[in-house]
Amino acid sequence: MPEEASMREAYGKTLVELGKTNPDIVVLDADLCASTMTKYFMQEFPERSFDVGIAEQNMIGIAAGLAASGKIPFASTFAVFAPGRCFDQIRMSIAQSRLNVKLVVTHGGLSVGEDGTSHQAIEDLSLICSLPGFTVIVPADAVETMAAVKAVADLKGPCYIRLGRPKLPVVFDDNYKFKPGKAVAMRAGTDATIIAIGIMVAPALDAAGILAAENINCRVLNMSTLKPVDEAAIIKAAEETGSIVTAEEHLEHGGLGSIIARILARNRPAPVEFVAIRDTYASSGKPSELLERFGLTAKDIAAAVRQAIKRKK
Amino acid sequence: MTPSDSKKSSSQTSANDAGVFASDEDLNAVAKRIRRHIITMIGNAGSGHPGGSLSAVDIVATLYWKVLRHKPADPHWKDRDRFILSKGHAAPMLYSVLAECGYFPVNELTTLRQIDSRLQGHADRTATSGVEMSSGSLGQGLSFGIGVALAGRLNSQDYRTYVLLGDGECNEGQVWEATMAAAHFKLDNLVAIVDKNGLQIDGPTCDVMNTEPMEKKWEAFGWHVIEVDGHDFNKLYEAFKKARTIKGQPTVIIARTIKGKGVSFMENVAGFHGKAPDKEELEIALKELE
Repeated sequence: MPEEASMREAYGKTLVELGKTNPDIVVLDADLCASTMTKYFMQEFPERSFDVGIAEQNMIGIAAGLAASGKIPFASTFAVFAPGRCFDQIRMSIAQSRLNVKLVVTHGGLSVGEDGTSHQAIEDLSLICSLPGFTVIVPADAVETMAAVKAVADLKGPCYIRLGRPKLPVVFDDNYKFKPGKAVAMRAGTDATIIAIGIMVAPALDAAGILAAENINCRVLNMSTLKPVDEAAIIKAAEETGSIVTAEEHLEHGGLGSIIARILARNRPAPVEFVAIRDTYASSGKPSELLERFGLTAKDIAAAVRQAIKRKK
Repeated sequence: MTPSDSKKSSSQTSANDAGVFASDEDLNAVAKRIRRHIITMIGNAGSGHPGGSLSAVDIVATLYWKVLRHKPADPHWKDRDRFILSKGHAAPMLYSVLAECGYFPVNELTTLRQIDSRLQGHADRTATSGVEMSSGSLGQGLSFGIGVALAGRLNSQDYRTYVLLGDGECNEGQVWEATMAAAHFKLDNLVAIVDKNGLQIDGPTCDVMNTEPMEKKWEAFGWHVIEVDGHDFNKLYEAFKKARTIKGQPTVIIARTIKGKGVSFMENVAGFHGKAPDKEELEIALKELE
């Protein structure tokens, strides 16, 4: 078993680090600072911290006003609330306004677990990727989270980072260099490519391991920057491996799979299989039970790869 | 917008030695010119929102001519007072004010709502010089204003932030989230103005969604409340001056106004919320505003 680490902890600690060197960084939260881990920054820099209470729409507007005045606001809540609850505020006050707001949201996906459907953000990537000008990043582990948070602090413009609730296996070592907009090759292969994001990257690697025993060599790409997406890496994968499997903790509609399918349809059609939540809501349960029930395990990815290869001409 | 209009505006306003906009011009004359612009540009465009633009003219003219510290030649001047138009459909009013102050040429006003124009249908900060916030979806400006005011406090800057809302806009829940927060953060550098014209698209606010008692609501949320006739320049000026002296809490100026003010057949008519005057109506309106 690889070592596990919390992305939220990584976020909270990185914010403090950033705050020490950049006085323009300010932090907003909506009564969830102990869950999103903005509490560390709030303790260290109370004068630059704004807990707005249970009022996410207001938080987005305040963040926009701070950004318009030269600050670099990091605003955090759960992924169901932003973009879910405040989509219009994000659309007009941040995206259309082209303001330098960083939304770092936690509790993305099914792996929220027991809290149930109201708290499981499985539509957020579709919503946020629909907004022109947004950079959207879904880190695969705590190491990539740290790197991505640092990277967006230096990027001008609206950014969204989606983090998960549970601890995740660490897939990167400390020398990892994150480049926004660049896919990361996690494993070389020629028979098919698994393109995964977030919590699905570790099982994608496990799936590649299962398939290697069957003499199927899978390439694995971590597409942590969902927008702007690395089109070249996607097209190259289709050209060199002939089939693609996407894996995401999100509805099939509008997330990673939709993005990949669009790019392939336009540039280099190839069979694609989608490991994602079908058109349904889940339920309460342990994260591992839910991932199993809704087809988001290494086993499911491996099966999708076999299917994709079968469809190759 | 006749050429004489634009000439008149440039000859009657000026910048003082510090480059800050200053004017001794009679606000009645200023407001009349702005109303003429509004009617003309919306008439030209064939669409737009005359009612809520006209109701707010006197409030915003008072601000830009007598209250705000601003430099039209340097719209990003860091110490400027900020005016945030939360009721973004009143953009033609704001554009007219900005043009009259010299942010861009008055003759550009006729391009309202045209493709490639800087003057978008609703206020757009990315398009127009002097527009602080993109608005049009109601209820968001006060939150934005809180962010601007907090930044000023963090930077130890003494600029003040003014946010104009409609009374119909106060139906939006986000307004009250922001109202609560501004008082919580004790933002005495923030002033909200409610353009209380009593009408919204579907009819009188008291019938559609009653916002009364407006004053008591803001007071209960922790604001210093000033009620004023929104078409009385002296009273408006006094209210803004008074707001400057209030410490430890934000101030709201609830300005009683008449929707469509200045054009007889538009006054108090909900139907002119979002309807342009036709050619004949435009002529009559301009005659009334001579």
